[in-house]
Amino acid sequence: MAKGTNDAKLLIQSLRKAYAATPTSLKIIDLYVVYAVATALIQVAYMAMVGSFPFNSFLSGVLSCVGTAVLAVCLRIQVNKDNKEFKDLPPERAFADFVLCNLVLHLVIMNFLG
Amino acid sequence: MAKPLVLHLLLLLICGSALLSSGSVIHPISDAHRSAATELFVPAADGSFGSLEETYEALRTFQILGVDRSSAKFEGTCKTVSEKLSSPTTTKDLYHALKITAILGCRTESIEFDGITSRLQTAVKDASSLLELYYSLGGLLTVKEQGKDVILSDADGTFQAIKALSQSDGRWRYDKDSTGSSAFAAGIALEALASVVSLAGSDIDQSKIAVVRKDITKLFDRIKRYDDGTLYFDEKNVDPDQYKGPLATSASITSGVTAFAAVSSEKLNIGGEKILGLAKFFLSIGIPGTAKDFFYQINSLASLENNRISIPLVLSLPATVLSLTAKDQLKVEVTTVFGSHAPSLAVSLLKVLTPDSKEVTSFEKKELEYDPENRIHFLDLSPLKIDVGKYSLIFKVSVNDPEGADLYATGDQIIVTAFLTGFIKVDKAEIAVSDSDAASESVQKLDLSKDSLISLSANHLQKLRLSLQLTTPLGHSFKPHQMVVKLRHESKVEHLFVPETSSRQYKLVLNFLGLVEKFYYLSGRYEIELAVGDAVMENSILRSIGSIELDLPEAPEKAAKPPAQPVDPLSRFGPKEEISHIFRAPEKRPPQELSLGFMGLTILPLLAFLIGLLRIGVNFKGFPTSAVPATFAILFHGGIGAVLLLYVLFWLKLDLFTTLKALGFLGVFLLFVGHRTLSYLASTSAKQKTA
Repeated sequence: MAKGTNDAKLLIQSLRKAYAATPTSLKIIDLYVVYAVATALIQVAYMAMVGSFPFNSFLSGVLSCVGTAVLAVCLRIQVNKDNKEFKDLPPERAFADFVLCNLVLHLVIMNFLG
Repeated sequence: MAKPLVLHLLLLLICGSALLSSGSVIHPISDAHRSAATELFVPAADGSFGSLEETYEALRTFQILGVDRSSAKFEGTCKTVSEKLSSPTTTKDLYHALKITAILGCRTESIEFDGITSRLQTAVKDASSLLELYYSLGGLLTVKEQGKDVILSDADGTFQAIKALSQSDGRWRYDKDSTGSSAFAAGIALEALASVVSLAGSDIDQSKIAVVRKDITKLFDRIKRYDDGTLYFDEKNVDPDQYKGPLATSASITSGVTAFAAVSSEKLNIGGEKILGLAKFFLSIGIPGTAKDFFYQINSLASLENNRISIPLVLSLPATVLSLTAKDQLKVEVTTVFGSHAPSLAVSLLKVLTPDSKEVTSFEKKELEYDPENRIHFLDLSPLKIDVGKYSLIFKVSVNDPEGADLYATGDQIIVTAFLTGFIKVDKAEIAVSDSDAASESVQKLDLSKDSLISLSANHLQKLRLSLQLTTPLGHSFKPHQMVVKLRHESKVEHLFVPETSSRQYKLVLNFLGLVEKFYYLSGRYEIELAVGDAVMENSILRSIGSIELDLPEAPEKAAKPPAQPVDPLSRFGPKEEISHIFRAPEKRPPQELSLGFMGLTILPLLAFLIGLLRIGVNFKGFPTSAVPATFAILFHGGIGAVLLLYVLFWLKLDLFTTLKALGFLGVFLLFVGHRTLSYLASTSAKQKTA
C-alpha cells in the first residue's frame, strides 16, 4: 500500500543520509568490496553458462574475488574509528596486514590458476 | 619332427655304450696326430712357443712326428737361443737351449761351447738337487752329441750322488732334505744316470749298474693295470704340488727306463708285456688336448719305438663295422706305435665271442692271409658263415723269425670288438582288424619294401593285429634292439606300442575296448608308423604303413583331456594383434567469442570501481611531499606493482621455485620500504591528532 512504499522510500533516504556521513576511506573500502563481489558474480554466471571445465581455474578466480573481499571487510573493521575493539590498532598497521595477506592470497591463486 | 631323431639318437647311444664297455680302441700314431700337432703348437711371431721349455717340447714333438721345422720363423729362435747360451742363465735354461740348438740344427760357430761345458761341469759338482744334476748332465750329453769333447771329471761320484737319493721301493727323492719320494723323480734319476754312463764311457763300475737294474725291477712292481692289459704308473701318496698325474709319471719313467736300458750292457729284467702295456696306455689317449700332454705322449712313444728292451707292436682294425651284404673282408694292421712296418708276422683269429661271452662254436681258429702290397692281414668272412651281430674277436700275433720274437712285444691275446652288419628280411608282415570274438578278420598283407599305404577302419569294439617276422641273412630269427609301433591322431596326439615276441614272430594286438581311455576318446584318422632298428641292421625301418579310421565313443564328463601339443616356438616372434587405443574425449569448450566476451565483462566492474572512486572524491593529499618519505612511498607502490608483475610472469612462464625466490627478495624489500612509509604516515597522522 502506499504507506508501505512510503515507509520504504523514507528508510532508503535515511540510510543514504547516514551513509554519506561515513568517512571517505571507509567508502573506498566498501566500493572495493562491491567491485570484488561483482567480478565473482560475473565469473559464476560464466561458469553456469559453459560448464565447470577447467574447475580449478573457476575456483581460483572466484576465490580470489571472495578472498580479497573478505580481507577488505577485515580492513574496514579494523580501520573504523567507531569500533571500540580495535581502538589501539593504528590503521597503517591494518593496511600493511591487508597488503601482505592479499599478496599471499594472490600467490596461491596464481599457482592454482593453472 | 623330433621323434625319429630321438630314435636314431637312442641307436647311437646303444652303439656308443657297447663300444666303450669293451675297452678303448687303439690306433697307432697317424697323420691325424701330425695335423693336431700343428694346430696345438702354434708359434708366436718370433718363433718361440712361450718359455724355453715349451719351445723345446714343441720342437721335439715336431721332430718326432716329422713336421717341417725349416720355416724362417725358427731362424729367429736359433738367434734367441744362442743369445741365451752366451748369457748367464740357469742350468735348466741351458739344457733346453742346447736341446733346441740340436733339434733345429742351428749354426754352432758362434756358440762358445767351452764356456758352456765348464759351466755345466761346475753345476754337476755343485748340484744339490736331482733336477740340477739332470739338467746339467743332460746338457753335457747334448754338447757331446754335437761332436765336442766333454769330460765328466768325477763320474763315479756323480753316479753315487744320484743313487744316494733313491729309496728302497724303487722311487727317488728330489734332494737330500726332502722327505717325500716320487716315481716321477725316479724317471728323471734314471735318465740322469744313463747320461752319466754315456759321458763316462767304461769308467763306471758294472756292479753299480746292476744295482740300478734291481731298482728298476722294484719300480715296475708299482705298475698299475687296466683290464685290457694297459699299464701305467700313478702315485697317490705325494704332496699335492708334487703330484704330476699318470701321464707325466708314466712318461718320465718310460724315458728314464729306455735311456738306461740303452746304456746297460745286460738286458733289463722287464717283460715285453710291460712295455706293450705302457705303449697301449700312451696310444689309448688318442689325440691329447694340451701341449704338455702331447709332448709327454709323443716323447714316450718315441722312446718306446726304438728301445732296447722290446719294441711294442700294435694291432689295429681300420674298420670295425663289416658288412655281410657288401662282402667286406676282415682287415687287420700290425705296426709299431708310429705306424712303421713290423717284421714278418703271423696273425691268427683264435676265437669269436658273442656279447654274453659265449663262443661261436661254428668258428675254428683261422690264420689271416697277408697282402704285402698294402701290408694288411685279411680274412674273408662269407665262407665262415657268421651271422650278423656284435662280436669280440680274439687275435694272436706271432713273429715269424724266432730270434726276432725276443725283440718285439706282441702281447698274448688281443681282443677287438667288431660289428657284422647285414640285410634283415621282413617276412609275413600282416595287419588285420578283427571283431572281439575273433570270428571274422580282414587281413591285409604288408609289403614293406614298397611305398604303398594301407587304410583300415575300426570301431572301439574291434581289435587290431600287426605281425611280422625278421630273418637274418643266414636264415636265423632276428631280435632287433627296437621295434615300436606308433599311432598318431590328426591332432598330433601320439601313442607308442611295443610288439611282443614269440618264437619266430613279432605280434602286436591292440584291443580298442581297453584303449579307449588311453586314446582320450579321440575318434578320427590315426596314422600308423612302424620303427624297427638295430646296430647291425643295414635296412632299419622307419616309415608310415598307412592309416586307420577309429570310431570311439564320446568322452564322458570326467575324462582326461589329451595333453597339449607343443606350439611352434617361433610363433611368438610373429606379429601380434593390433591394439586400438581409446583416448579420452576432449572436453567441450565454449566458443572463443563467448569467452572473450565474458573477459570483457569482467573488466567492467573494475571500470565501475574506478569511476566510483572518482565520484567519492579520492585525492592524493595524503601523499608525502618531502623527498625521502616520498621516495619510500613511491618505492612502496613500485614494490607492490613489481610483486603483481611477478605473479603475472609466474602464471605465464615461471615455475614456483623461481617465483618464490624472487618473491623472497621483493618481499624483504617491500617490508622494509612499507614499514618506513607507513610509520611515516602513522607519525604524521599522530602529529595531526595531537596538534
